[in-house]
Amino acid sequence: MSSRRSRSRHSGSSRITDDQINDLVSKLQQLLPEMHSRRSDKKSATKVLQETCNYIRSLHREVDDLSERLSELLENADTTQADLIRSLIMQ
Amino acid sequence: MTMNILPPNSSAIKTRFAVKFIQAMKRLSKRRGMGDRYKRYRATRAAACVSMASAVGPEWAWSRAVLRKIKRRRLLRQFRVSRKRRLIERTTNPRQNLGFGQEEDLRGLVPGGKGMDYCSLLSETAHYITCLQAQVQVMADILHRSSP
Repeated sequence: MSSRRSRSRHSGSSRITDDQINDLVSKLQQLLPEMHSRRSDKKSATKVLQETCNYIRSLHREVDDLSERLSELLENADTTQADLIRSLIMQ
Repeated sequence: MTMNILPPNSSAIKTRFAVKFIQAMKRLSKRRGMGDRYKRYRATRAAACVSMASAVGPEWAWSRAVLRKIKRRRLLRQFRVSRKRRLIERTTNPRQNLGFGQEEDLRGLVPGGKGMDYCSLLSETAHYITCLQAQVQVMADILHRSSP
């Protein structure tokens, strides 16, 4: 992991340590959907970044799919805005 | 830059996003030239992403990057810069690193990722993911409530 230290720049007053980076990486790992292994298994940073990229791509695909289906609403605009907002807020 | 990643206040950001997105959709429904199905899809997706970035505000680099991109795109469209010219502008911009690793991939996926130091990239990514999750949840919710 020493390559990380040489790559990170000293920004202003705070020195970026390996510990801080490891902390951030483990926080990312916690965001990943549990698939094959338990989330508590410590993964390598490379693996976490790789799975993070895959996860972001899948989220983008979901947004694409939902956008496509929502865009069909633009054809017939009889859904009133107020009703939608109201129904969302009163949960 | 704060190092701790607080999950965005889920309820607040979802509500802000939902309001902005629905307002944007309403504007889109009144816009002319929305007969093209692909155009409608593109406009809807853009409305969603901009609404989320706007709901997040300027505190995060990724949301600033999204809002800058939209402003630039609108300006270019106003001055009728041709599509060919826009493509040339994009490809001649110098890139920071030509690695093929995961870090490089991540920088390509997170808005504004190319200009961040590694630490910022990691914390911005985490926030970006939580916002994407919220965005997906709200969009799915709106979709289900709009279907008869």
